[in-house]
Amino acid sequence: MYRETQIINDSRKISSNGEDTGEGELVINVGPQHPATHGVLHLVITLQGETIQKVEPHLGYIHRSIEKMCESLSYRQFIYVTSRMDYLSSHINNHGCALCVEKGLQIEVPPRAQVIRVLMDELTRIASHELWWGAMAMDLGAFTPFFYAFRERETINDIMEETCGARLTMNYMVPGGVMYDIHPNFQKRVKDFIQLFRSKIDEYDDLVTGNIIFQNRTKGIGVLSKEDAISYGCSGPVARASGVHCDIRKLYPYEVYNKVEFDEILETAGDSFARYLVRVKELKQSVRIVEQLIDNIPDGDFQAKTKAVLKLPKGEFYSIVETARGELGVYIVSEGATTPYRIKFRSPGFSNLSALDHLSRGHKIGDLMAIMGTLDLVIPDIDR
Amino acid sequence: MTNEELKQHITAALPTAVFDETGEWLNVQAEAGAWKPFVQWLRNGPLNMDYLFCLTCIDWSATPTGKNVLTMVYHFTSTAARHTIVVKVKLDRTKPEIETVSDIWRTAEFLEREVFELFGVQFLHHPDLRRLILTDDFEGYPLRKDFEDPVNMIKL
Repeated sequence: MYRETQIINDSRKISSNGEDTGEGELVINVGPQHPATHGVLHLVITLQGETIQKVEPHLGYIHRSIEKMCESLSYRQFIYVTSRMDYLSSHINNHGCALCVEKGLQIEVPPRAQVIRVLMDELTRIASHELWWGAMAMDLGAFTPFFYAFRERETINDIMEETCGARLTMNYMVPGGVMYDIHPNFQKRVKDFIQLFRSKIDEYDDLVTGNIIFQNRTKGIGVLSKEDAISYGCSGPVARASGVHCDIRKLYPYEVYNKVEFDEILETAGDSFARYLVRVKELKQSVRIVEQLIDNIPDGDFQAKTKAVLKLPKGEFYSIVETARGELGVYIVSEGATTPYRIKFRSPGFSNLSALDHLSRGHKIGDLMAIMGTLDLVIPDIDR
Repeated sequence: MTNEELKQHITAALPTAVFDETGEWLNVQAEAGAWKPFVQWLRNGPLNMDYLFCLTCIDWSATPTGKNVLTMVYHFTSTAARHTIVVKVKLDRTKPEIETVSDIWRTAEFLEREVFELFGVQFLHHPDLRRLILTDDFEGYPLRKDFEDPVNMIKL
């Protein structure tokens, strides 16, 4: 648990002429209340001078045991809780759960609902990457990008509010489709947003990507090799920056992802700058997907007809979706009852965090913020 | 590889393996005794399972047939060949012990620590088997079926 900041005297360095140099291992705490951890993550860091020897994450400050809670909730109810896991990708969390229930009950989702779901997913991804972009630049000392990012993100939140009734925890996806039809203004407002966003996206590059101070602080920092990325179970932009072909939308396409054109962004450097580039380039790909679908929402039902009480047959069901942070797996073990026997959420943040110690060893304490920022950790997703 | 090819390879390496193909992926039932050589073969052998994407445990004690059973569930994929298998190992619920796989897949270090504190499974030869989420004085294993906590209500 919490350790006092201390100098460990046993490890003090003695210089060649027998004098105590005053250098030793220093143990410091970052968090649980630290602005750069973006939540209640607690890191115990062992330093030698300014160089990181070891990073130990301590979790649990926001652990709600969602997996246990879900065991006593019905297949309609448990989806609401999952919005609170990765709150920046709540649509996509809901989507993964809905897919898993639909897989168990073999429900065919109407084409209209499929397109609406993908549109919502991609808008969520844009909003999430925008928040990450602003917050990461702020961690590295640039305050302006935060306002730029939130200016555009606000528009997405407004669109979500109009259709889903909420700005952050939307709970819009239900087994069989979406909860209600889109708002009459939805298409027009999304198109307005895309037009605005297209003109702003290059501003992001001008402001941060080409900035020499930013590049110096991220290039070559926290290098993750391809083998290590796979071994640590990394996914999403973190793994793709190391050259791992892992986009679930391409590998196991769900809904209409096999009918839209977009590129999987791969970088090979594996450092913090590569992780940054992957996310910024993904913004443009998400815009591409939205542009292809927004005028082609088919008519028809927005929800399949389902029974009032859902009962999954006895067995095991696993669905995978690509959230803004990586691969979210929903594993339901059913005994044939109205509630799941066991649910496991394979969260992307948990696996990405496990690589943090490996990435930061040997770097300076200041570089830790660049590494943490580009891992894009969302703490409720890690703790669950 | 198709399921048939996977089954041939696995049977050659582990003759006692029991298969189940009712789910989405091939399920393999292994035993805790021959566990370590088998997973080493999974990683380094012809199947080349380099990506462990889900590691968890199921407590069967609330079912009529599973009074004393915990099942470890491992989902493996090969990133090169893209075949997936699910490996399950039954453990004795009164004394659950299994060899760690964290030396083969490094993601397992944290995942096993999570299972250790929430289910009480001992991972033998784990480099750093400490609590990750719960406080040091916490009693019981929250994700086991018989866990009751009147103060911090988890069960609704």
